[in-house]
Parts: sequence; structure tokens; C-alpha cells
Amino acid sequence: MKRAPTHSYPGINLGRRHASADKAAEVVTFGFWVFLMSDLVYFGLMFAIYITMIDAQAGGPGPHELFDLKSVFAQTLILLTSSLTVGLAMLALKYNLPRSRIVLWFGVTLLLGLSFLALEIRDFMAMAEKGGIPQRSGFLSAFFGLVPLHGLHVAAGCLWLIVLGIQLRVMGMTDLVISRVVRLALFWHFLDLIWIGIITIVYFGGLTYG
Amino acid sequence: MDNRTEMHRRERRRYVIGYGGSLLLTLLMFGVAYQYGIETVGVYLTIGLLGLAQLIVQLVYFLHIDRRRSSREDLDLILFSTLVLLIIILGTIWILGNLSIRMHMDMM
Amino acid sequence: MTATESGFFGRLNWDALPIVGLIQDPNANEIVANTAAGIVLVGVVAVVSLLTWFRLWGPLWRDWLTSADHKKIGIMYIVFAIVMLARGVLEGVVMRAQQAAGPGDGFLEAEHFAELFSTHGTIMIFFVAVPFVFGIANFVVPLMIGARDVAFPVLNQISLGLTVSAGMMLMVSLVVGEFSTGGWTAYPPYTGAAFNPGVGPDYWIWAIVVSGVGTTLTGLNFAVTIYKLRAPGMKFMRLPMYCWTIICSSILLIFAMPPLGVAALLLAADRYLDFHFFTNDLGGNMMNYANLFWLFGHPEVYLLVLPAYGIYSEIFATFSAKRLYGYNSLVIATMSIAIMSFTVWLHHFFTMGQSALINAVFGIATMLIAIPTGVKVYDWMATLWRGRIRFTVPMLYGLAFLMLFVIGGLSGVILANPTVDYQVHNTLFLVAHFHNVLLPGVLFGLLAAYNYWFPKAFGFRLNEFWGRVTVALWTVGFMLTFLPLYFVGLMGMPRRSFSWEDPSFHPYMIVAVIGALVILAALLSVLVQLWVSIRDRDKTTAPVGDPWDGRTLEWSIPSPPPPYNFAIIPQVTDRDDFAAAKEQARAYPKPEAYEDIEMPRNTGIGFILCVLSGIWMFALVWWIWWLAILITALIVLAIIVWSFDTNTELVIPAEEVRKEHEAWLDLVHASAAVNRDHETAPENRGLARPDLEAVT
Repeated sequence: MKRAPTHSYPGINLGRRHASADKAAEVVTFGFWVFLMSDLVYFGLMFAIYITMIDAQAGGPGPHELFDLKSVFAQTLILLTSSLTVGLAMLALKYNLPRSRIVLWFGVTLLLGLSFLALEIRDFMAMAEKGGIPQRSGFLSAFFGLVPLHGLHVAAGCLWLIVLGIQLRVMGMTDLVISRVVRLALFWHFLDLIWIGIITIVYFGGLTYG
Repeated sequence: MDNRTEMHRRERRRYVIGYGGSLLLTLLMFGVAYQYGIETVGVYLTIGLLGLAQLIVQLVYFLHIDRRRSSREDLDLILFSTLVLLIIILGTIWILGNLSIRMHMDMM
Repeated sequence: MTATESGFFGRLNWDALPIVGLIQDPNANEIVANTAAGIVLVGVVAVVSLLTWFRLWGPLWRDWLTSADHKKIGIMYIVFAIVMLARGVLEGVVMRAQQAAGPGDGFLEAEHFAELFSTHGTIMIFFVAVPFVFGIANFVVPLMIGARDVAFPVLNQISLGLTVSAGMMLMVSLVVGEFSTGGWTAYPPYTGAAFNPGVGPDYWIWAIVVSGVGTTLTGLNFAVTIYKLRAPGMKFMRLPMYCWTIICSSILLIFAMPPLGVAALLLAADRYLDFHFFTNDLGGNMMNYANLFWLFGHPEVYLLVLPAYGIYSEIFATFSAKRLYGYNSLVIATMSIAIMSFTVWLHHFFTMGQSALINAVFGIATMLIAIPTGVKVYDWMATLWRGRIRFTVPMLYGLAFLMLFVIGGLSGVILANPTVDYQVHNTLFLVAHFHNVLLPGVLFGLLAAYNYWFPKAFGFRLNEFWGRVTVALWTVGFMLTFLPLYFVGLMGMPRRSFSWEDPSFHPYMIVAVIGALVILAALLSVLVQLWVSIRDRDKTTAPVGDPWDGRTLEWSIPSPPPPYNFAIIPQVTDRDDFAAAKEQARAYPKPEAYEDIEMPRNTGIGFILCVLSGIWMFALVWWIWWLAILITALIVLAIIVWSFDTNTELVIPAEEVRKEHEAWLDLVHASAAVNRDHETAPENRGLARPDLEAVT
């Protein structure tokens, strides 16, 4: 390979203080990128299915009856803010800020993630009350195949955040843990990107064409 | 140590810019929707473009993708993935959309 | 019974055992089913008792099941693939026998026949071709690129575990319950809950989902390995052709497995949760399934055949003693095929009812993809041209491939024409076509690779005579079985029919069943060859490591290679680096200094996930909800606990490396070199004599 052995991972690299972590992180972070792209195909296909099934409402409730844009707006802001805080958590770790700061940003991110999930579940329950259950029509199946899939990813992210928080305490700020936090941040940003797709295609697209 | 503080500040600023930009685009998106109602293709197109803009802002400021040599391989990966995704998604919509017209599925 | 009111054992009860059917109604059909179940049970008992008798449980656990060594994982993949191949071939023979029985005749019931073709297809694609292809890749790729292991050794182990547990589900379905009758493609609505409420499609779904996850991770692993772990100096245009095909095939896995996962999971949502993705009512659209399935299905065939192309490229170059002709064009052709394979999926459902324009676009794309393949065929022939060809076993497979594969490819171009496809779709013509590309293309390539790299893995060569017999049997068996199917297909015989009426089909069916028996003999011959080779291994040892005068890095190290592969990571300066080193008399260098080598420590996580995922699938198939939830929690827990383990590396001290490496170098210098004419003779100890007459 042509690159020098000291080459550090592009993008979110960890800085000179953690040169050894960078080296270890390079391969695994690239691998994680590849994983995200594979995951992206899952989402991409669910988007495609949603688009092809937007008309398949079979006389059941449609987007206009079911979607609550105010709640979607709130969820968007929450998720966007959590994307910022997870980045700040990573920076705090990278620049050896006091542990309290790291814990703070971890905690805020977790709270935001959980409140996002709470709002989303509340939305689903509200939809169900209006008869918007996945068993009702192809359109609703496609909706419930896609949006909760994203929610499931956020839930996995929250679990990961908790585990990493514990590891930070048990194992300390080792290279391994730091490189995992870098990947968690990537994952979280990726989920935010998917969410932009969801508001644009699922919610606004559904309201326009449904 | 000063150098590191400087770098920290710069990186944090990147995040804040990305956050501010995304926030602005989100507000615009929902603002357009409330102002003009979500009925016409024109409005939807605007919303779609705002969504795309936000995607790019987040890719650049949160995920640090740019054309610098060092992040080229991530960019390559993302571009290739985008190509495959476009083939898959547009192909699916084309095929099943056409089928739906020919089968008059919208009448069911 | 509905999903919610199932009891402690879900919907599992005694009727699920085939023996109950035999007792209630003894007939030929039940006897066949019970024989199959019996073979599985006897096989399990035999393996368990042999392991116990020879006290092999300890070594099995320490040296194999917990190993993260890519070479051992590769060998385990191949063993698994060959076991599954045996089942797949047997099923093929039973199907041929059923169809040969005569008009309206036969010994199987329609349902049972449908189970046979469903498992045959599922097994051959997902549990023979994929594990065999990536088993070979596992063994060879790190050696070829000068790496000590793959990028993520433990992930590699997990991939193996998931693939094996999914394959075991197909074995379990023989003994408990039944498998899907919906073909390997499992099209709804036939496989939906309304038409098919039994456990069959559920076995299919979960086997596909779990093995799909494992396979996707394999693709990720190999893409990153080749991208990031090449030896210094190995630029992309110095990468051996085989590695090029593996990186393309890995990319296909990364992007093509998700559509299959989505298709299977959405079908599961329909069946388990009453969703309406593919149902006939409430807005479901089964054509979405066809579209998703073939978004996966078409790249899939290329991700299987590309590595075979790579294997042939290496073999033609080695056994012609020439540089591969047209390397650049082969690289470009490989990448074109990889990308174009995402643009042709619709040719699997030309008759779905979309417009002629769409059919034309995809038909033309399909014909275009034949062009890069044609380029490859010419490149291989030009590699042979004026080479110093030796007709060894791998080479014979290669030549059989060249001739037969062109027929298969040509019939594919015929099928690419939508108007022709309307006539012959769903007939045996199609069956003949894809067997014609998959047998000579993929299977012959894998068997060639098995013969070619076997001495690298075990330190002795495979028996040449039985190898030749095997090649002959496979080739003849293939031709007898599948070429007649082209004709009956054109005459209009539908595929997957357990019974037929037109007497003019009969002669062809008879020929085909004879061919199937020859294929069965070929399978046995593979085992005989292995047995004879192990028995006579003293006469074929090649510990020096280069029995075929090889060209790439894997031949420059001992056979079998040490766990760390390379005592020192080689510095690459040429495309066929080892061939160049031999020509310039700089092969087998003595390093000045050795370093400590860090290798991944053994871990049980792959095995644990294998067992857990197996129970998880079983619980879901039989609606044992409490167990499924419990196992899901355990899987998450296992991964979390594993992530706390930091003691993952094992250091091999430099002194130990030096001792082993110098002992081997002494062996190299003490061995007598042989030239190419004597490579199958006992004096071939794995040191090749530079052959000045050879064309380079």
C-alpha cells in the first residue's frame, strides 16, 4: 500500500494523542462504513417499497388522517440535537476533557434518543387508535416496515450508548473504547441521515401523493 | 497544548455550523409545508431539495466527507453505494409503477 | 391454531416426525422421506460416536471450533459445503428418478417432490455454492495478498457459525416437520400464510435470513481485507486476478444480500404478523417480492461465478507457465460484470406484465453483460496459446469449463431475448441453462480450486488418477443429465413437474436419470479420491510449498502454512511476484530480523452464536415465543459480554518464528527441485526448478 504507516483514519480521526488508537481504528472504521452502506440498502429498499405502495391504501386510513406533522417536527429537532451532542461527546473524549463533560454529553444524547423513541411510539399508538395498524393495508404495512425499522436502529444505538458508558467506566479511556465511540457517532449521524429521508419521502411524500 | 485547544475549537465549530445549517433547513422545510400546504408537486419538489441539501450539510459537517485526498475512499464508497441504490430504487419504481398502470391497480 | 394461542411447545407435536406418517400410511413416498430423516440421524450419531471413540472432542474444540484462523475457517466452510453437496446431489438424483418413471408415473407425492426441488435449490445456492466459494476465498485470499489473517477474524468465525446453523435448519426440517414447497425463490402468495400455513416456508425464511446475515458479513470482511491489508508494494494492478474477482464478489454480497433479507423478512411479517406486503388482499403486491428477490438473485449468480473465473485465471496461468493474458482487460471485464449485474434483474420476470419497453431495456442489458464474459473467454484461450500446458486435474476442469460454459452462456443470451423467453420460461430449457452455467462454471471451478490448493492446505497432493476419474465423471454426468433438458424444454416440458403425460419426453428423461447416476458416481469419486490421497499421502508430500511452480505469494510459504502465514511480510514488486522472484533467483530470502507476531486468540463466540441462532430459528419456526424472546436476549447479551473481552491477541515471540522459519528454509535448500514434467511424481516435494524453456 502506498500510504505511510502513520496514516490516520480520514474523517473523524482521533488526533495525535491517540495515534495507536487511530491505527487500530482505521481498518475497523472503514469496515463500519461498509456495514453502514449495506444497511443503507435495507433502508433504500424499504423506501422504494413505500413509494410503490403509497396508493395501496385499500380503503383504509391514509397519510392525511394519520400523520401528525407537529410530532414529526419535534422528533426531527430532537434527533438533530442528539446528533450534535453525540459529536460533542466524541470530541470531549478525543480532547481528554474532564470525565464529567463526557458523561454529560453521553447522558444528554441518551435522553434525547429515548425521548425520540417515546414520541415515535406515542405517534404509532395514536395512529393505531385511528385504525392505522399495519394489518390494515399494504400502505400501512410499508409504513410500519420502514419507520419502526429506523426506530429499532435508534433503540440499538441507545443500548450501545449505555454499554459504551459502562465500558468507559470499567475499561477506562482505552484505544478500543475510543474507537468504538467514534463508530457510535458515525452510526448516530447515519440514523439522522435516514431520518431526513423519512421525513422527506414518508411524511411529506406521503402527504403529497397519498 | 494550545494547538490542541485550537483544533478542538475548530472541530467543535464544524459541529455547530452543521447543527445550525441543518436546523435552518429543517425549519425551512416545515415552514414551506405550513405556509403553502403539502398538495402540489412544486411544494414537494422544494421540500425534497431542502432535504437533499440537509443530507449534504450533514455529510460534510457531521460525517466529514469531502474531496480531500484523505477522505477520498469514504467518498468513493458513498458514491458507489449511491449509484447502486439509485439503480435499485429507480428501477423498482419504474418497473412496479409501470406494472401498476398496466394492471390498473389504482382502481382497486 | 393461531399464532397467539400456541402453547408451551408452540405448534410442535408428535405429528411433526416423519415416522408417524410412515406408521399411519406406509407407502413409497413415506419411505423416501423416512430414509432421508434416517440418514440425517444416523449421520449425527455416527459423527458423535466417532468423535467420542477417538477422543476428538477436545482437539475439535481447541483447534477448530474456537479458532479464528482464516485457513481453518476456510476448511470448515468447505467441509460443510461438501456435506451439503452430498444432500443436494442425492435430491437431484431422486428428482430425476421420479421424472424418469414414465408418463403419469412415479413414486413420490407432489408435495414431497416440491419439497425436494425447494431444498435442492436452496441448498445448492446458499449452502453449497456460497460456503464453498467463500471457503476457498477464506483459505486463499490472505495468503495471496501477503496478509496474516482477514481484517476481522472473529467476525469471520461468526459468519461461519451463522451459515452452518442455517444449513443445519435444513437438515432439521427433514426430521421435524417439513420444508417449504415453494421453490428456492419462495414466491408469495403461494408461500403466504393463506395458502401455506405450515412450517415449511418458515424454515426457508429463517435459514435465509440467518445465513444472509453471515454472508453479508463475509462480504464486508473480504472487501475490507483486500482493500486494506495488502502487502506493501501490492498495488491494485498487481493484485492477483483471483483477488480481483473476490473483491468484486464481496461488493456484490454487500449490496445484493440486503434485498434478499428484506424480501424474506417482509414475507415473515406477512406470515407472522398479518402484514400485507405480498398478499392478494388489502393492497399487497406479490410482484414487489419478485422484484426484491431478483434484485438479489441476479447479482448472486455473478458473485458465485466471478470467483470461479478468478480460480480459472490462476489455474490457466500456472499450468500454461505463462503470465495471464490480458490482465487489464480481465480486471475491467470483472468490474463491468459486477456493476452490470445490478442492471439485469428483470430478465427473471419478463412475463410479469410490464411494458415492452422495459423488457427491451433489460433484455439488451442482459445481452450486453455477455460481452465482458466473452472477453474473459478469449483472454483465457490466449493464455493457453503457446503455453507449456500440463493436463493436471485442475487444468482438465478448466478445459471442460471453457467448452461447456460457452454453451451455457450462449443459451443465456438466447433467453435474454424477451420474445424467446415468453416461449421457454418456466420450462426445463431454463433448468438446463442455469445448471449449464452453475455446474461447469461454479462447481467445476470450486473442484479445480480444491485440487489446486489442497497441497497448500495439507502439505500433500491429491491423487491424480482418481482426480482424473472424477473430472471425467462430472463432465459426462453433467452432459448426460442436462443437455437433454434443453430439448425437452423446447418441446414444452414445464420445470418442477412431478408428473407428465407426453410420451415423447420419456427417452430424454431416461438419459437424464442415467446422467444423474453418473453425477452420483462423480460425487462418490470425490470422496474416494480424498480417501486414497490420505492413505497414500507419504508419496505425495510437498512440504516446501510450491508443487505446481506457482506464480502468486501463497506458494512462497510452507505447506501447510504456519498460523501467522508469513514469517516476514513480503515486499511486492511485481504482479506475479513469486514467479518473478523465482526467475530472478531471489525466491526464499533469508530475513535479517524477525518480529513478534500478534495473532487473534481463540474465542468461542462464533460457536455460541451458531448454537443460539439455531435454537432461535427453531423457536420461531415452531412458534415457541418464550424461547425466541429468551434466545434473542441471550444473543444480545453474548455480544455485549464478548465486547468486554480485551484479551484478544496472542503474541508469537520472534524467536519461535525464527526457529520455525529457518527450519523450513533448511528444508528448502535440502530438497531436490523438480521441473514441470515431474510435478505429479513422488519426487515433487514442492520445490520447482526454474524452467528456462518456458514462455514468460
